[in-house]
Amino acid sequence: MAETHSALAEQFENLEQQREASLLGMWTFLATEVMFFGGLFMGYIVYRHAYPEAFAVGSKHTDVLFGTLNTAILLTSSFTMALAVHAAQEGRPRSTVRSLVLTIGLAIAFLVVKGFEYHEDYVEHLIPGPSFSVPGQPKAELFFYFYWAMTGLHALHVLIGIGALSVIAMLASRRRFSAEYHNPVEITGLYWHFVDLVWIFLYPLLYLIDRHT
Amino acid sequence: MNRTNSTSTYFTVWAALMVLLFATWGVAQFDLGILNPIAAVTIAVIKMLLVILFFMQVRHHSRLTKLFAGAGFVWLLIMITLTMTDYLSRKVVKPYEGEILPQIEKQTTVPTQLQGAGR
Repeated sequence: MAETHSALAEQFENLEQQREASLLGMWTFLATEVMFFGGLFMGYIVYRHAYPEAFAVGSKHTDVLFGTLNTAILLTSSFTMALAVHAAQEGRPRSTVRSLVLTIGLAIAFLVVKGFEYHEDYVEHLIPGPSFSVPGQPKAELFFYFYWAMTGLHALHVLIGIGALSVIAMLASRRRFSAEYHNPVEITGLYWHFVDLVWIFLYPLLYLIDRHT
Repeated sequence: MNRTNSTSTYFTVWAALMVLLFATWGVAQFDLGILNPIAAVTIAVIKMLLVILFFMQVRHHSRLTKLFAGAGFVWLLIMITLTMTDYLSRKVVKPYEGEILPQIEKQTTVPTQLQGAGR
C-alpha cells in the first residue's frame, strides 16, 4: 500500500506504524512522569506513616469543597478530551476543536479554583515558613510541604497542558488532522489524561483520608 | 483503522467517575478506621483504570504499548512495597536489648581517642 500522506515521516513504512511509534513514545514519557510524581507519593507515604497525627490535622485544614469541585472539573475535562480524540479519529475537525476548547476552559477553571484555594491557604497561614501556624500541631507543617509541592507540581503540569492543548486546537482549526493522521491530538490527550490521573490520587490523599476524625 | 469506543461509552465512563467521586467523598465522612485509606485508594485505583482503559484507549492499543503503559506503575509499586517493608517492620523487629548489648560493647575495642566522643 503506497502511502503518500504529507504527514508521513520518511522513517516510517506507513501512517499506522507512525501512530504506533508515537503512542509508544508518549507512554514511555508518561512512565518517567509516573516515577517523577512517584517520588513525592513515596515521600508522602513514608512521612504519613511516621507522623500520622500531624498529617491528620494538616489534612483537615485543607478545603475539601475546593478539592472536590476541582476533581469534578478535571474528570469532566478528561471526558471532553476523550471526545476530542474520538472526533479527531473520525475526522470531524469542528467537533475536535469544540471539545478541545471545552477542555482548555475546564483546565483554566481548575487553576482559578486552585488559585482561590491557595489564597485561602495563604490567609490561614498554611504556607510553610516563618508565618506558618496550625495551633497545637506545629508538625502539620510537614503535611503542607507535601501539599504545596504535590499540588504545585500538578498545577505546573496543568499549565503546560493548557499550552499544549491550545497549540493542538489551533492546528485542528487549520484542518491539519484527519481520520488518517491525528497522532498529535492522541498523544496530547494521553498527557492530559495523565494530569487527571495524578489528581485522582492527590484528591483522596490530601483532602479525604483523615476527614472523619 | 481505529476500533474506538463510541460517544455513549465515554459518557457512561464519565458518569461512573462522577459516582465514584461522590462515593469516595461520602466514605470519607465516616470513621471506618483502617478501612478509610483502603477505601480511598481502592476507589482511586478504579477511577485510574477507567481513565486508562477507556479515555486513554489502552484497551485498543497494541500489546507492546500496553506493556509500556503498565511498566511505570509496576515499578512504582515495587518501590513503594520495598520501601514500606522496611518502615512497617521497624516496630516489629526490635533492636537487641538487655544482656546482649553489654557483651558486644565489651568485645568492641574503641580507640582511646574516640572514647566518649558523641556521647
